[in-house]
Amino acid sequence: MRWIDAGALAVVAAGVMAGGWAQTSGPPAMPVPPPPVQVQPRFVVALDAAHGGSDTGARFGQDILEKDITLALSVHLRSLLHARGIEVVTTRESDIDVPLLNRAETANHAQAAACLVLHATPTGSGIHLFTSSLNPAPSARLLPWDTAQAPYITQSLKLESEIDTALAHSEIPVTLGRASVQPMDHLTCPEVAVEMAPLVGGHVSHPRDITDAAYQKQVVESLAAALEQWRSDWKQP
Amino acid sequence: MITRGHKILFAVLLLACVAMAVALIRLRERAQDRLQAQAAEEPAAMTESAGSPPRIVTLYVPNDLDGSLTAVERSIPLPAGENAQARVLLESLIEAFAAPGTTHPISVASGINDVYFLPVPQGRGETKGQIAVVDLSGALAAAQPSGIEPETLTLLSMLATLHANLPSITQVHFLVDGQPRETLAGHADLTRTYLAAETNPQPSPVPGGTP
Ligand SMILES: [Zn+2]
Repeated sequence: MRWIDAGALAVVAAGVMAGGWAQTSGPPAMPVPPPPVQVQPRFVVALDAAHGGSDTGARFGQDILEKDITLALSVHLRSLLHARGIEVVTTRESDIDVPLLNRAETANHAQAAACLVLHATPTGSGIHLFTSSLNPAPSARLLPWDTAQAPYITQSLKLESEIDTALAHSEIPVTLGRASVQPMDHLTCPEVAVEMAPLVGGHVSHPRDITDAAYQKQVVESLAAALEQWRSDWKQP
Repeated sequence: MITRGHKILFAVLLLACVAMAVALIRLRERAQDRLQAQAAEEPAAMTESAGSPPRIVTLYVPNDLDGSLTAVERSIPLPAGENAQARVLLESLIEAFAAPGTTHPISVASGINDVYFLPVPQGRGETKGQIAVVDLSGALAAAQPSGIEPETLTLLSMLATLHANLPSITQVHFLVDGQPRETLAGHADLTRTYLAAETNPQPSPVPGGTP
């Protein structure tokens, strides 16, 4: 069975940050207590533009592919987050195949405070938000690979609620659900899959296609606003 | 030189070989009997279905616009035998996917190749009951719109329909054309076994309008 050492990276990071006073050489003549060090946790967002390369994802008509839409959303969202001073890691920046394992490792290595997995689909309406269908589990240093997300489920639901609120503020219809879609179960961060669908149905006053630039902009701006809010609300576990 | 120890070891190994051969033959005979019994039962079930009185069943039909499942009652003749009943229930559900005004557009002639049952292996934390192995047709997987929501709703509607009408089914595993597959159409995980009572999603309030 594959395991993830959830504690090791945190220990290394804290050690490096505290290194200024930890690396003194030789015992001092008079023991001086070290000044209290406030280790500010890094706030990093991981963006996973789903699919890519030979994995096209869903098709929209003749020549529009999900992999291109998710990449465009990821690039746009990354630039909005950078503008807000938020550090971002992405699983891909071009049209390439990225194995699920590598996507999870990128997000986990970054010790992200939020992981968004971006998808798009031709059916339904508005934005579908999904969290992993795993049952919540207590945190542990060694996490089984297949259920690594379990200790983060409560945080993931809070992040989902934050995004739901931001989208509702923009009057974009949202459906919430739990799903078994990989690599979500392997991520060790608060995570939400954001699936964009066209705006259709009786309750939508202005139907919009998924490629509509104004609609995409509205979605990405809502996500950026939600992540900015999450930066204030997020507590490192 | 052959010692007494070697002779004993040889005798023990020979005995073990014979015992294993007998056990294998027995297991093969039992598997053959089971297959024959199943083959004999199935045509009978099919003919019985045609003449059996209709029964009220509940189908859980997905609504892709709000991510919910709607309970719909139908009166359909159900054959004898849970395998055949599960297959008829799921075929009726798939027919409902293609009904006029559907928001879950899957249109396919035959979506289910077969349904068969396995006992739930009894271990720590396992529920009792049966695992239904649902063999979906490749045509259904090809007609399935790709996406987390549409694929998840297809699976959840099947789980809910089986759970409501055949409560002995506690877990469900999906195959496509008899083979294990990673996803239904690029998203929903088919490598895992689902609980039949897995979430029945409720529509969330729609902001800025009435659903
Ligand atoms: Zn996708």
